[in-house]
Amino acid sequence: MSNNIYLKKGLDIPINGAATQNTKKVITPDVVAVKPTDFRGLVPKLLVREGDKVLAGTPVLADKMSQNILFASPVSGTVAEVIRGEKRKLLEVRIKADAEQEYVDFGKQKVSEMSAEQIKEAILVAGLWPALTQRPYGIIANPESKPKAIFVSAFSTAPLAADTEFALNGQAAHIQTAVDALAKMAGCNVHVSVNAANASASVFSKLQNVVLHTVSGKHPAGNVGVQIHHISPVQKGEIVWTVSPVMLAAIGKLFNTGKYDVSRKIAVTGPKAINPAYVEGLPGISMKDIKEFYDASENLRFISGDILTGTNIGAEGFIGFFDNQVTILEEGDKYELLGWAKPFRPKLFSASRTYFSWLTPNKKYDMDTNLHGGPRAFVVNDVYGKVLPMDLYPVYLLKACLANDIDKMEKFGIYEVLEEDLALCEYVCPSKIYIQQIITDGIALMLKEMC
Amino acid sequence: MNGLRNFVDKIKPTFEKGGKLGFLHSTFDAFETFLFVPNTVTRRGAHVRDCVDLKRVMIMVVIALVPAMLFGIWNTGYQHSLAFGLDWGFWNIVLYGLVKVLPLYIVSYLVGLGIEFVSAQIQGHEVNEGYLVSGMLIPLIVPVDVPLWMLAIAVAFAVIIGKEVFGGTGMNIWNPALLTRAFLFFSYPSKMSGDTVWTGGVERWMNEGVAFQAGNGLVDGFSGATPLANASMQGLQDSGYSLWDMILGTIPGSVGETSVIAILLGAIVLLWTGVASWKIMVSSVLGGLAIGYLGYAVGATDLPGYYQLVMGGFLFGTVFMATDPVTSAQTECGKWIYGFLVGALAVTVRLWNPGYPEGMMLAILLMNTFAPLIDHYVIEGSLKRRAKKVKTA
Repeated sequence: MSNNIYLKKGLDIPINGAATQNTKKVITPDVVAVKPTDFRGLVPKLLVREGDKVLAGTPVLADKMSQNILFASPVSGTVAEVIRGEKRKLLEVRIKADAEQEYVDFGKQKVSEMSAEQIKEAILVAGLWPALTQRPYGIIANPESKPKAIFVSAFSTAPLAADTEFALNGQAAHIQTAVDALAKMAGCNVHVSVNAANASASVFSKLQNVVLHTVSGKHPAGNVGVQIHHISPVQKGEIVWTVSPVMLAAIGKLFNTGKYDVSRKIAVTGPKAINPAYVEGLPGISMKDIKEFYDASENLRFISGDILTGTNIGAEGFIGFFDNQVTILEEGDKYELLGWAKPFRPKLFSASRTYFSWLTPNKKYDMDTNLHGGPRAFVVNDVYGKVLPMDLYPVYLLKACLANDIDKMEKFGIYEVLEEDLALCEYVCPSKIYIQQIITDGIALMLKEMC
Repeated sequence: MNGLRNFVDKIKPTFEKGGKLGFLHSTFDAFETFLFVPNTVTRRGAHVRDCVDLKRVMIMVVIALVPAMLFGIWNTGYQHSLAFGLDWGFWNIVLYGLVKVLPLYIVSYLVGLGIEFVSAQIQGHEVNEGYLVSGMLIPLIVPVDVPLWMLAIAVAFAVIIGKEVFGGTGMNIWNPALLTRAFLFFSYPSKMSGDTVWTGGVERWMNEGVAFQAGNGLVDGFSGATPLANASMQGLQDSGYSLWDMILGTIPGSVGETSVIAILLGAIVLLWTGVASWKIMVSSVLGGLAIGYLGYAVGATDLPGYYQLVMGGFLFGTVFMATDPVTSAQTECGKWIYGFLVGALAVTVRLWNPGYPEGMMLAILLMNTFAPLIDHYVIEGSLKRRAKKVKTA
């Protein structure tokens, strides 16, 4: 297939608060959390107890189903607290970090001299296996399975997303190592998609041993699911793996330095972020570590990730394993008199033409979390396709999910989508339907019935 | 504004579960959300949402209908004045129009919204705003003299049997406004067809000898027939309807359907805002023209195809009824097929069925029925094509 993909459909949400490209500070973590809730369907097994000493790279959790999948502590320190929710569901393992960071030494290794099996073992032991996501379903890859291909999206089009090129500046060697390792381990092609706009400047364009694609278009063109759909769609019975650039760098560092080093540049963004910029941090760091970015007296929402797909973690929360972005928004719990009837609502954006925001295409908006309406049944049917650059029938897929009809879910493409791919459909939906939740429930049903 | 908000907040507990008037929860909610965009925040999924909601979408359609409604009010008075030779001035005409049309609106909204509120209450969900549009449409597609009790029954039928039993707006198979008209059409044909029902006051004058203002009675040569009743060059000439009259809309007919100009103003609003599908409108017009010219070519009519667009309810149906997003085809390709067949069938009925001079209502209702089937085949075809493409790649 063609290596240039042009996507016409989509929407870049014009929200204020993009991070400027400078690193404001290096976070010395205080308490970090390892969260099993970052992974779909994971049943975790706790490997440490409160008070245990851990190093960066010491396994903290294991996957109960396949116990060689380990989840490591990103810092060295002491296990401070194990947080459980309803029915004793494990939510967080909080680790109090030491002032001096020590790493488990996995030893530098040369990928070229290792066998596929040895590479797999190295990644598993170091706790980096969870970086590999399997499609369909978006679950942790099964080490026993054979993927058809591995996909990497080297850019993100999500609202206010961290700039991959800036965030991974200087990591090219690590990424190359990781690509070599994964290609050898899985014995398949690694497809890398770069943004057509700066394809020539991208460090990813210089990668060896990959199949390179350029993709142009609005969000969700940067979603790996959309790219897979156009490069090599997932059919029934097929499996592909995806891995994010940030996690590629971590895997590369494992082989090149022998350390479990998941440190990354994190973009602190959003309309309510004060002087949004990048920080040098880790997954699992607390919102308290970035408190100079917000005014704690306001009623804010803290999102690990972007406004479409991120997780609401609260002011006390911790950044997720995969995320390199924090978005800070105002909670929109305010009434608006006759809002829907006003001819103009200059402070609000609508992708539809029923308001006039389309006349000011370059304006950015201070968006908040108001739902702007009440939930209804599906009524308007052509808004969803306009923001979904996939050859799918989103409303039919969603209705199949609602009806728990597995045959129809298969037919309408449940294997090809994750929540993130339909997030824009949810954003534009005038019926205010929780579309991502419907997909989540649909995937949960598929996992229950088909796996 | 704050005072109003405080007042609403003060009375709110009375209407909440456990409150004194808790059984009116949905009703209160409907009025509250009408006044205020609620303070609900996103709980799951996307944290930020577009500011458009169904209320906005529906109000756009209502706005698009305003020109047709205003013209309908004027034309009601104008036709009455013409029929009785009254030579009314503008305000008299409008006054008479208001007296005749306003009750239709009151009945339409009272009955329809009443049922919506009650059923929302029973089912415990929020009142859907879909009826704002249906209620606006219904008075525009009935003859102005339709008895109000008949209208009330028809609305009740359409809302209950046509919509609520399926689960409310978004779940219905047929366009509720057209279902209202179909109910009237088949239950009370004498009030829905013929030459005398289209002009306000004429029926009553003929039956009871009284009218709002009768002057010297009906003028000589009054026919009251719509252009469709005499759909031939000669017929139109005899009734004195020029093409321009039909475009302007100064002819008898259902309240809002006569003026091409007013309807096109509405169409501009709908297309501009993207609320209605331009594909359905274009393909319906194409379908109407195609069959119109076919009929012209084979001699079924001596009117060129474009006459079919300006007569009767064709354009009103095309712009406002066929494009209903719930009951029309859902797939983009399906919309072309659906729209084309609506237009084609409507004109087919006109030209080849002597029983019905107008076919738009039945064409749309029939295509509403078949829209899911069209979508089914469009989707099957597209999935098959895609599967083939993936296999060869």
